[in-house]
Amino acid sequence: MDYLVNVAIVISIQAIAACGLNVIVGYAGQISLGHAAFFGIGAYASAMLTTKAGLTFWGALPLVLLIAAILGFLLGLPSLRVKEDFLAITTIGINFIVEAVFLYTPFFGKALGIGGIPRIYVFGQRLNNQMLLGLCLFFLALTLLICWRFTRTWAGLSCFAVRENETAASSMGISPVRAKLSAFVIGTVFAGLAGALYAHYVRFISAGDFGFPVSISMMSMVVLGGMGTLWGPLLGAVILGILPEVFRPLIDYRMFLYSLLLLLMIRFQPGGLLGEHSFVRTAFRGLTGKEKGGVAGV
Amino acid sequence: MLLDVSDLSVAYKGVSALHSVSLQVQEGELVSVIGANGAGKTTLLKAIVGWEPAASGAISFAGDEVTRMRTHLRARRGIRIVPERARVFTHMTVYENLMMGVYGLQNEVQVGERLDRLYDLFPILKERGSQLASTLSGGEQQQLSIARACISKPKLLLVDEVSMGLMPRLVDQVFELLQTLNREEGLTILLVEQNALASLKISHRAYVLETGDIVLDGDAKELLADPRVREAYLGV
Ligand SMILES: Nc1ncnc2c1ncn2[C@@H]1O[C@H](COP(=O)(O)OP(=O)(O)OP(=O)(O)O)[C@@H](O)[C@H]1O
Ligand SMILES: [Mg+2]
Repeated sequence: MDYLVNVAIVISIQAIAACGLNVIVGYAGQISLGHAAFFGIGAYASAMLTTKAGLTFWGALPLVLLIAAILGFLLGLPSLRVKEDFLAITTIGINFIVEAVFLYTPFFGKALGIGGIPRIYVFGQRLNNQMLLGLCLFFLALTLLICWRFTRTWAGLSCFAVRENETAASSMGISPVRAKLSAFVIGTVFAGLAGALYAHYVRFISAGDFGFPVSISMMSMVVLGGMGTLWGPLLGAVILGILPEVFRPLIDYRMFLYSLLLLLMIRFQPGGLLGEHSFVRTAFRGLTGKEKGGVAGV
Repeated sequence: MLLDVSDLSVAYKGVSALHSVSLQVQEGELVSVIGANGAGKTTLLKAIVGWEPAASGAISFAGDEVTRMRTHLRARRGIRIVPERARVFTHMTVYENLMMGVYGLQNEVQVGERLDRLYDLFPILKERGSQLASTLSGGEQQQLSIARACISKPKLLLVDEVSMGLMPRLVDQVFELLQTLNREEGLTILLVEQNALASLKISHRAYVLETGDIVLDGDAKELLADPRVREAYLGV
């Protein structure tokens, strides 16, 4: 039971981060292969603020989200200048830099990382794992709700327009700069939130938890589930969270399998499992006889 | 003067595509620019909306210089374009495409009223409202593109080669429509066309562009009768 709870906590935390990545990659069409950096920034920020500055998780959270937002804004800036391949490389670079900062500065505990991160309290009640799972699921629901709302706002629509055709969008009065930056900020805030939850769940973090492979696995979740869909990142997180548990012996081949999966998806189901023309959606349509289109479709 | 382009030059990677072009459009006018493939018609419109920077010269719109202003800010001042090949958002529904046309202007534009008017002109857009724009035919996409550009009641509508890819009957309809928008709604239009006959027929004035230079300009009726235009662009 406790084992299942632990798996579920990790999955819901990763799903929150993946939803954030989906806003950047799926909604705004900007490549980011450094999402784990912001996951790490959230985790380290919350860990430092609670262990060194003596704040509670809840006292630290607004600051953590603010830090993630500011850094997300700064990450967004290069996306205004570089496109596709260069953006991929830039974001990978950001991931390595952030990881190196955690790993080599004494302030962040170097290779030892940060331990003794306090548990989360709610109404004076110390959360055990079951309750923590409840809290993670609450935040996951909130994340999904915000993403869903976002797709129905003008800011969300402008992201879709920029993703599809930046030039055409700009001629309708949409600022591509604003659309992209808003996506980066929302995406990194979710990563920061996930990072904070992660830090207070494992209670000991080190730089390796936020390396490039983590970014790849987050990207795999988004691609597998369906970029730009609402539920895709969650589905991807669930599948990729459960698979390694079921196939324990394959754990050493994880990165290889993720890469293979990414390639296969891009080859055969580029829209992801929940994408526009996926077999899942086609089957679902066949069952319900319902046709749903448009960016605001889930 | 609504639009005043003076001595505008545009170059692609150092290769000049427009050389010191000057052109004016008054409020309420329908002006066309005709020219052969590669003459620089699209380049001119790109410079006016801000998709291509001006190498030199100036563009003013409604009295303000906009030469270095970014595209979306020009759009907010009331410049809209029906680009070459429509460029609708294919992953959005027809209705969502139309809504993108009033981005940021929801409070200034009577959206419902405008939609009714456009649905009158293009009934297909109402019928297909909830369908993805990618499922529209080329000609239908062209109609959507026009509607998307007009829904915000722009001050200036730029139209790039609307007749391309449309069947002859539709071409006539679209030109008729542009004329209606101009005469009845007072929409100022700058039309760029290879189809010189059709565009000259509905225009007040016209310019002839040849490899980056304006070689002729004047009253559309006079140009229709001009032997040089007749020979080069009307094939008579
Ligand atoms: N992106 C670009 N890069 C380099 N050269 C370009 C680019 N776009 C256009 N040109 C060149 O600039 C010149 C003018 O092109 P433009 O597209 O403005 O012509 P046009 O009059 O619109 O032609 P058409 O009737 O075929 O649409 C052409 O010689 C073209 O090859
Ligand atoms: Mg052209």
